Amino acid sequence: MLKLILRRVALGALTIVLVSLIIFGAIEALPGDACTAVLQQDARGETLLNCQKELGLDRPATTRYAEWISGSLRGDFGMNAHRTKRISELVGDRVLNSLLLGACALAVGLPVAFLFGILAALRRDRALDLSVSSIAIAAMTIPEFVSATVLILVFSGWLGWLPGIVTTSASAPIKDFFPEIILPVVVLSMVMTAHILRTVRSSMLEVLDSDYVRMATLKGVPYRRMILVHVLPNALLPAINVVALTVAWLLGGVVVIETVFNYPGLGRLMVSAISDRDLALVQTVALIVASVYVIVNLSADVLTLLANPRLRTAATRAA
Amino acid sequence: MSTLPAPPLSLPARPGAGQRLLQTLRELMARPSGAIGLLLVLLHVVIALASPWLATHDYKAVSAINILLPPDAKHWFGTDHLGRDVFTRTLMGGREAILVTAIATPLAVVWGGLLGIYLGLVGGRRDDVLMRVVDAFLSLPWILKMLLLIVIFGASTQVLVPTLAFFYGIPVIRIARAATHNVVARDFVLAARARGHDHFTIMRRELLPNVLDALMVEGAMRWSWMLLAFTSLSFLGFGVSPPTPDWGLMVADSRTYLPIAPWAGLYPILFLSTLIIGINLTADALAKTLGVDKAQKAPI
Repeated sequence: MLKLILRRVALGALTIVLVSLIIFGAIEALPGDACTAVLQQDARGETLLNCQKELGLDRPATTRYAEWISGSLRGDFGMNAHRTKRISELVGDRVLNSLLLGACALAVGLPVAFLFGILAALRRDRALDLSVSSIAIAAMTIPEFVSATVLILVFSGWLGWLPGIVTTSASAPIKDFFPEIILPVVVLSMVMTAHILRTVRSSMLEVLDSDYVRMATLKGVPYRRMILVHVLPNALLPAINVVALTVAWLLGGVVVIETVFNYPGLGRLMVSAISDRDLALVQTVALIVASVYVIVNLSADVLTLLANPRLRTAATRAA
Repeated sequence: MSTLPAPPLSLPARPGAGQRLLQTLRELMARPSGAIGLLLVLLHVVIALASPWLATHDYKAVSAINILLPPDAKHWFGTDHLGRDVFTRTLMGGREAILVTAIATPLAVVWGGLLGIYLGLVGGRRDDVLMRVVDAFLSLPWILKMLLLIVIFGASTQVLVPTLAFFYGIPVIRIARAATHNVVARDFVLAARARGHDHFTIMRRELLPNVLDALMVEGAMRWSWMLLAFTSLSFLGFGVSPPTPDWGLMVADSRTYLPIAPWAGLYPILFLSTLIIGINLTADALAKTLGVDKAQKAPI
């Protein structure tokens, strides 16, 4: 069992290393470097050489990669390309803000997703199921900027109930984000809820179709007891993984929502870093987002492993 | 000793590919969601193709005196903040998006599908190593990957098609590999291996026919994710460049004026949403028709 968990952890670490190589390689392969991006048309001759020397860009790529990784492990990501701020400073508040947005969206979305996912499965192919499922598909695939724009128009433009954009600065305390954060949370939780709801529903259906549930029905187990004791625990376990995927995706994938609402999170930092060609910052944000993704998934894997007796024994047998 | 009678040689003829496609199409149309979805998609494709002839105005004609006019007999959907005709621009606003994604989707499904089937068949070290790389790619948010390439190479069609095809093929590898794992241990694959067929023949004759249904459903889903990505990029200002009409760009441009001129943004939103809903209804009906469990993933 321990061996298996260790194996997962090692695989996760390997994935992060691979990601860092992909990011670093991609940025190396770009035409130009941090200096040409900052200096722009002045980037020639001596100015360029001096700048490259100052940033240490004249050293071989392997040295710089090693430096970047060892720095990142200590939480020191160096300076941004414009040499105006430490990256750790820039990123810190943004990570917290993205976490706040994500946590609020989860708090709203999780109960709704589980409640309606379970209800839809229990009322399979009836009116409730059909309407819940179609709303979920729509919420999932309509681009976020569309739902955000419509919501801003209705609740901010026409009704005037809520502020349409966030004007709070990145480093403001949490309470300053209310009520500005409400609309972004609604849009984000719509997408998220839809994903989780569909997983809950299909995993419920699978369990409801299984032999042991049919056996329990034949045995005369009361409906309520059967759902609570036999169906729910087995159906909700696989949902852990999807919740994890969604949470991880929240941190990086909310770029559009953060941009629409002007929300000072990690996603918008990433977009502005890319349009400023601040490669040092891009590199770091990408690494953070990818690491979070891997770590959250890993935790979900381990959690599922620990919670599911079937996987547990299968794992011990395999190991 | 009596010999066994020779087994009858004539097996029932297998329906040809064209016939099977027609059959699937017929079953698809028999479902309300399939019929509505397919109709919506067709309608959008026809509009996109015919829009230059359907348009009532010049899509880039600016007019200072006709700014933000409400819909009337001359401008059916009103005008935008530069006095351009919203009807014309909405009709033409899906051309780039549909063209790019309609080319990139099959490319993504083909390369991701073939690689996934191959990895599912051979397994072993090659499978382990490549799946690590796939995981690494999937752990980067799609928008970061897209933006990086667009910032370097620009957002022209020649860049967007291979970029979308590449990144959206990666999740297809997983789907195809998983679908292959479901059949690769079955007797007929074992028999093909025993007959000494090479990987390519086994993939083509034994695996592909069994994975094809899953790939078709996956392709339909990928198409809607790609549209989402494409229009989101234009919305963020990294996609189609003005004055080319594009739904994402139109929504972005009209956002400031929405409370006073909602038509400038709501018509493109209506068109984009109906296309995406159409694709999803079709994908849903297709999955039910083919009996494929739809693997719903986050838009990676």
